[in-house]
Amino acid sequence: MFPNFPIWPVRAATSASNLDALFIFLLLVTGTVTLMIFILITLFALRYRHDLVDKPTPILGSLALETTWSLVPFGIFLIFFVWGAVLYFQERTAPPDSMEIYVVAKQWMWKLQHADGQREINELHVPVDRNVKLIMTSQDVIHSFFVPAFRLKQDVLPGRYTTLWFHAIRPGTYHLFCAEYCGTQHSGMIGSIVVMNPAAYEAWLSGGGGEGSLASTGQKLFQQLGCGSCHRSDTQGRGPNLVGVFSKPVLLEDGRTVVADENYVRESILNPGAKIVAGFKNIMPSFQGVVNEEQLLSLIAYVKSLQGSQQAEPVSNRPAVPNTSAQPRVK
Amino acid sequence: MATASAITAEREHYLNADYGFRSWLLTTDHKRIALLYLITITFFFFVGGFFALLIRLELLTPQGDLVQADTYNKLFSMHGQVMIFFFLLPAVPAVLGNFLVPMMIGAKDLAFPRINLLSWYLFIIGGGLMLYTMLTGGVDTGWTFYVPLSTAYLGTHVVLAAVSIFIAGFSSILTGLNFIVTIHRMRAPGMTWGRMPLFLWSNYATSIIQVLGTPVLAITLALVGLERMFHLGVFNPQLGGDPLLFQHLFWFYSHPAVYIMILPGMGVVSEIIPCFSRKRVFGYEFVALASIGIAVLGFLVWAHHMFVAGISVYSAMVFSFFSYLVAVPSAIKVFNWTATMYKGKIYYSTPMLYAMGFIGLFTMGGMTGLFLASLGVDVHVTDTYFIVAHFHYIMVGGMVMAYLAGMHFWWPKITGRMYPESWGKLAAMTIFIGFNLTFFPQFILGWTGMPRRYHAYTPEFQVLNVLSTAGSTVLAVGYLLPMVYFLWSLRYGKEAGDNPWGAAGLEWKTASPPPTYNFEETPVVTWEAYNYDDLPKEVPVVG
Amino acid sequence: MSDSSEALATHELRHHFENMEQQRGASSMGMWVFLITEIMFFGGMFMAYLAYRYEYFLAWQEGSQHMNFWIGTVNTAVLICSSLTMVLAVLAIQQGRRRLTSIMLAVTICFAIAFMVLKGMEYHEHWLAHEFPGPAFHFAGIDPRHVEMFFVLYFVMTGFHALHVLIGIGLVSTMLYMNERGHFSADYHNPIENTGLYWHFVDLIWIYLYPLLYLIGHHHVG
Repeated sequence: MFPNFPIWPVRAATSASNLDALFIFLLLVTGTVTLMIFILITLFALRYRHDLVDKPTPILGSLALETTWSLVPFGIFLIFFVWGAVLYFQERTAPPDSMEIYVVAKQWMWKLQHADGQREINELHVPVDRNVKLIMTSQDVIHSFFVPAFRLKQDVLPGRYTTLWFHAIRPGTYHLFCAEYCGTQHSGMIGSIVVMNPAAYEAWLSGGGGEGSLASTGQKLFQQLGCGSCHRSDTQGRGPNLVGVFSKPVLLEDGRTVVADENYVRESILNPGAKIVAGFKNIMPSFQGVVNEEQLLSLIAYVKSLQGSQQAEPVSNRPAVPNTSAQPRVK
Repeated sequence: MATASAITAEREHYLNADYGFRSWLLTTDHKRIALLYLITITFFFFVGGFFALLIRLELLTPQGDLVQADTYNKLFSMHGQVMIFFFLLPAVPAVLGNFLVPMMIGAKDLAFPRINLLSWYLFIIGGGLMLYTMLTGGVDTGWTFYVPLSTAYLGTHVVLAAVSIFIAGFSSILTGLNFIVTIHRMRAPGMTWGRMPLFLWSNYATSIIQVLGTPVLAITLALVGLERMFHLGVFNPQLGGDPLLFQHLFWFYSHPAVYIMILPGMGVVSEIIPCFSRKRVFGYEFVALASIGIAVLGFLVWAHHMFVAGISVYSAMVFSFFSYLVAVPSAIKVFNWTATMYKGKIYYSTPMLYAMGFIGLFTMGGMTGLFLASLGVDVHVTDTYFIVAHFHYIMVGGMVMAYLAGMHFWWPKITGRMYPESWGKLAAMTIFIGFNLTFFPQFILGWTGMPRRYHAYTPEFQVLNVLSTAGSTVLAVGYLLPMVYFLWSLRYGKEAGDNPWGAAGLEWKTASPPPTYNFEETPVVTWEAYNYDDLPKEVPVVG
Repeated sequence: MSDSSEALATHELRHHFENMEQQRGASSMGMWVFLITEIMFFGGMFMAYLAYRYEYFLAWQEGSQHMNFWIGTVNTAVLICSSLTMVLAVLAIQQGRRRLTSIMLAVTICFAIAFMVLKGMEYHEHWLAHEFPGPAFHFAGIDPRHVEMFFVLYFVMTGFHALHVLIGIGLVSTMLYMNERGHFSADYHNPIENTGLYWHFVDLIWIYLYPLLYLIGHHHVG
């Protein structure tokens, strides 16, 4: 509207359009009530000014009125609540067909990695009209990934992954802010999201970085670190077979079941003793300090890529020889 | 009250009962302790205000050219810590509450006068440490102390600041404890719960929060200190901890703390509006119970500060629902105050102007709170200037207006002198205008996406920031005015007389300033609160 | 009430109370409210303990197997006995038996000191076993980082508890001294009652700490 005096942020994603509708509704309702109170106060102050009134009329209260102005606002609040909750639920549930981008935040920059291997700093190129899911972590303190034009924000925590998804509807360049105070250069931790037409996006993809896909980087690392000597793709390894494990439930040694998501794979690499797969020993060394956040993400991308695309069938992810004498159970 | 002035000259009261530093520093008189608090928090208010002005000056331009980023971070951190822990939390309870709670129930003092004095000393020790922190380089954690930033990454005096708040916290706990016991055990004959002024109900509710919440902040800060000093892993993920646990524990106190800051203000307004409308407050029971309702529900909403922090979708929904629930009693109060003015006989005296300003600004703060309680909207506006504007509307527009309303209302009782009424009105208007000019633009800034705690910002936000800074200078002048004429009135103000407003309430039935033990003999209460029907219909002193 | 005790009572009545009953009511209510704040203080630590126990279950189990079960159990018995003698002290002064009150207070102090000595031995043991969190911490089993956190919470919780025991020793000693100086009687013994409340609270916290730290994991060792 006014480039130097914006009163409404750009709408560049489906989430923004949804939210603006709720926001306008809230503005109208609360604005009306606020105005009503202002008018009443002014009116009473003028009409009942002390020199216009001989004697105040004593009124103790009114149960009917009190009940009305307790219940009616509550009813309206319920609308705000449900509407807001529905939007929040949608914002937090990424569609399964989303393209995934990994984000590593650190003091004071954003590092972004595409599945195809492109790496960016403080700039993220995404195609318009695609569902994009960000899987984010931090190397140090808590940051927050905030794109006003998408009306989206998600804290980025050290030691775990949080996610955010969006569906951009309008090509253009939009602000990316860090919204959680993260130390000295907090206000310098800004970047931009570049939403591109599909053709332009393809051109950009083919233009940049040729290190191969993230999963292939992960595969190289997997071999370098010697992970494959235990995590073999047959059932004879000393560690669980990783093919087809990702996003499936895993039975643990202590009887619990967890879903093998990003956070679980991460924990299993850094702190292998914390959750041991049923039938295996606690023999894996910790890779804490050996792999950094970006390498971790490439390993996760590799594990994800093992979705039965290899020769082994998905069913073989369960250890086949849990109770033989060669595999004594952990005490 | 012409005859009174001759008598006041010789009459002994709490101010002239004894002289000298010792008689003040070792006093156990709740009224003197209230004045000790008044001096201390006024000092901290201007320290915090000074930081605020520097922040606003820095934000005049987008480049961040007035101070370094580090300095700016220290400024907003110390502005927050000083204003919250050393001004807002003690403002109404420790100054007006201390002065009025025993008088309003017809007691000679609080239940534990020595603990009351101890609580001021703890406050002074905490405040002294905070000053020491500032003078030796400050702290830049924000007021929220989020880990792992605070425990592992910042090089400033984090532990010192935490210890200072820890100690000040115990001062707040002891005040709350004192009020609870006093209100339960020390009421004069006939002063039933149903006859208590609403100021007491709201201070009682506040005390519940102080007693239940503050210890949790204390242990949380203690754990932060231990983690920082000895690398004991509790919250830092690198040591195995969970930073979200810190946020849960921190907000378990710090959300209810918002109600410690606003509830007493609501109590003040509930005294003033009936007095200057010359009628009983509309729906006394509802206003009283709303205070308790806010205190209880206030403990169930803390995670609404964490909607984007990484908590589960379903727990976020529960906390959003409770946040709407706690809004209901606040709404009830606003409607009741407005209805009290209906068919009243309204005087535009200074306290009433502040009180009406309070209703307006608190309503706007509360209404924007409804935006924040809505999950979808919160995702966009949390951690932006929308939040900054929202809580300043509640705490500055709400609490500071109410505090000033109360100071003007009870100043004649505290000092026995009147302030110049026209100056009072001028200051009230200046503050109201300055406040809106400062903070309304920040709503728009936040909605358009400017994050909070930014030292430098992108250029499109400049116009609104300039407006806000301009407003803050008006606001600063507004705050200096009462300081000046209050001091002036101590010497030159007119004699106030016992009850210049013709107000109901026991505190007005004794002399101004009151005698050391408040009442010549223990009063017996036979009337309901706000019995303005039995009182003269005119306010004796009209400006 | 006899004349002399009435005189004593008015002597002990502070200026701002109407009568002794109001004063007694206020002071014991004050103590109760104070204890509620203490519960909230420890509550924060209990929450942290429980949240992490849920999150890092294996490490927590591992950690509690390194508690000294016997010292913990004996200490529980010691504290329960001290609570008994504290009650007896309050009962004795209510009946005006000053001498017995002093004896019971002294025995309470002895129990409390015994508790502290045992606790100190236990800490020393942990120190020698490199179970004290920090640079010297060493643990060979699963998930050492979170086992270390278990020990952090163990030391913080029992440490704050021990601090309260120390304060308790100070309070009970003061009561003993004041009782010997003849401050208390059947009509005026509020401070002893309040000290008793405080002491029971310290005991109560331990009653929760003991199963959480010592028993839950111990059970799994079988």
